[in-house]
Amino acid sequence: MKKTAMTGTEAVANAMRQIDPDVVPAYPITPQTEIMHGYAKFLSDGKVTGELIRVESEHSAMSASVGASCAGARVMTATAANGLALMWEIVYIAASMRLPIVMSVVNRALSGPINIHCDHSDSMGCRDSGWIQMYAENNQEAYENAILGMRLAEKARLPVMSCLDGFITSHAVEPVTLFEDQSVKDFIGEHIPDHPLLDTDNPTTHGPLDLFDYYFEHKRKQSQGMFDAKSLFKEVAAEYNQRFGRDIKELEEYSMDDAETVIVALSSTCGTAKVVVDSLREQGKKVGLLKLRLFRPFPMNEIKEALKSRKVIAVLDRVESFGAFGGPLFSEIRSALYESGSPKIVNYIYGLGGREIDTKMIERVYEEIESYKNKEIEEYIKYLGVRE
Amino acid sequence: MNLKELSKKPERLAPGHRMCPGCAATIIARIVMKGTENPLVVSCATGCLEVSTTIYPYTAWRVPWIHNAFENAAATLSGVETAYNVLKKKGKINKDIKFLAFGGDGGTYDIGLQSLSGTLERGHDVVYVCYDNEAYMNTGVQRSGSTPFSANTKTTPAGKVKQGKEEFKKDLTAVVAGHHIPYVAQASPHNYMDLLRKAEKAFNTKGPAFINVISPCVPGWGYPMNKTLEIAKLAVETCFWPLYEIENDEWKLNYDPKDKKKPITDWIKEQARFKHLFKPENEHLIEKIQSHVDKEWDALKKRCGVQ
Repeated sequence: MKKTAMTGTEAVANAMRQIDPDVVPAYPITPQTEIMHGYAKFLSDGKVTGELIRVESEHSAMSASVGASCAGARVMTATAANGLALMWEIVYIAASMRLPIVMSVVNRALSGPINIHCDHSDSMGCRDSGWIQMYAENNQEAYENAILGMRLAEKARLPVMSCLDGFITSHAVEPVTLFEDQSVKDFIGEHIPDHPLLDTDNPTTHGPLDLFDYYFEHKRKQSQGMFDAKSLFKEVAAEYNQRFGRDIKELEEYSMDDAETVIVALSSTCGTAKVVVDSLREQGKKVGLLKLRLFRPFPMNEIKEALKSRKVIAVLDRVESFGAFGGPLFSEIRSALYESGSPKIVNYIYGLGGREIDTKMIERVYEEIESYKNKEIEEYIKYLGVRE
Repeated sequence: MNLKELSKKPERLAPGHRMCPGCAATIIARIVMKGTENPLVVSCATGCLEVSTTIYPYTAWRVPWIHNAFENAAATLSGVETAYNVLKKKGKINKDIKFLAFGGDGGTYDIGLQSLSGTLERGHDVVYVCYDNEAYMNTGVQRSGSTPFSANTKTTPAGKVKQGKEEFKKDLTAVVAGHHIPYVAQASPHNYMDLLRKAEKAFNTKGPAFINVISPCVPGWGYPMNKTLEIAKLAVETCFWPLYEIENDEWKLNYDPKDKKKPITDWIKEQARFKHLFKPENEHLIEKIQSHVDKEWDALKKRCGVQ
């Protein structure tokens, strides 16, 4: 397997080519567009066997995805920011109907004001929607999460959001190792739909009115499905790792062995943080990085285990959760550590609307949390890289 | 085909659902589904027909059926139909399946218009049927883009200074015709043979087909439940709801009362939603409705080449 230089969107489009879904309903939005372009070109060149529905809105993209998935097709789509916001209503419906749709979300700041660059306000906004969420650090992971995500979706009968950072990952050219087409196809296997609409000999009713006498039970089952997805992730990852020679877990622990101060983050920022960790380690500092590859279902026990004996933890949120006590990643990590007592934990909101995060800023975070070893945290929610 | 033969065709909507007695929507749904004997998949917008036929754990549908949300019956069906085409091409399905969407006027004229327009423009091989009861009936009679001028609804109540809806009804059938799809029609449940014929034609059309069907609503319009078909008939005989079809952009009138065209009062006097118009001070509003109907009727006749 040789490495090829390509953008994150090209990497995702290649995953789509190899998965070869039956139906791809999609609507253009920056910075997702090039995923569509890539897939459309594969279609025009006869390299895929599915169909692209060039819908008139993201709302219809998700609506048609639901229809196609209920019909019995394997379905993928992609969107970003306001596009995801527009399909919001149907995002919840897709999850409640237990449809294994895989959607690449090219993370972009939600309006307003309008902005086309990266933050996680779009996908974090639907963290309670019932979709599995994976976040990619780089192009390689964007490619691989789509493949692993497809298998996981069909096994868990839940939709998967495969998130990659807008422009930073989607448009950066990096070397990517593509697996053999056949190997991906073998891993994904044949799609066996559950009670498809197109089985007209056995008619089923999808999406009935569900009132106070059953709705709660159905929601409870949906919730169980998400809990079960935790162990299914482990199963699918084990198969994946064996086949492709990888070591994918819910979390990536980077220089964590004896780390006392730890940054927890998602996506491309982890790549930048790794550079800082390496250089601080050379100086003998006990720093580490915890990257969440899987955010939903929330890998609570694994996080607790990885963080319980640390001294100070900085959680980086690339999203503001207005009026809440910190960003979504912070509040969930803090909650996960409630019983373990010891680590101090502080939140940094950063990078909104594509604001640069560089090694110097991350160094500053490590310095700051180092200082909290011996003093009280004066402010739990901090803003990194903003003019105030 | 006659009524006896029609009644022998299999019913695809089972009895026992919870639609109102006298509701036109179920009559329309049953007749339309008799327009094909092929396997059929139905998509339904949120609305009376959807909520009253599928209260979990029951369903009245004897065909595969999907409800997604309010505004996306068409987009949802476009996904189903595309899945079918791909799976058929791949040899995973070998049946000849037809695809049908039902939406009320709220789900079609208003919130679902974009989804419908996109589906028609993309040329999906589906039939979309609007049962037009001229307001948001499922939520308790609020004005829609289809509500006629002066109709009393909960959001356009007739009062001391306002006399019902202040705008005329949207001409959705003409909006759909603007998509230049192969088949568009207006129909009424009182003329069930005409509706059936149109449904058959729609199912046998390659590409998108749309039928707009007037659907009198007992609680929303305010008339006795045994008069549904009479009220529908009067809508046609007054030329408020002309029966016509557009095949490959050729407009054709299906019913012309000629000199027997009834005055609009014959239709509106039967309905409580227009009751306030019969106060002496509101006479001019009835005249306004009549002149609007006359104008639209003349324009339609012209389009259909009828003198």
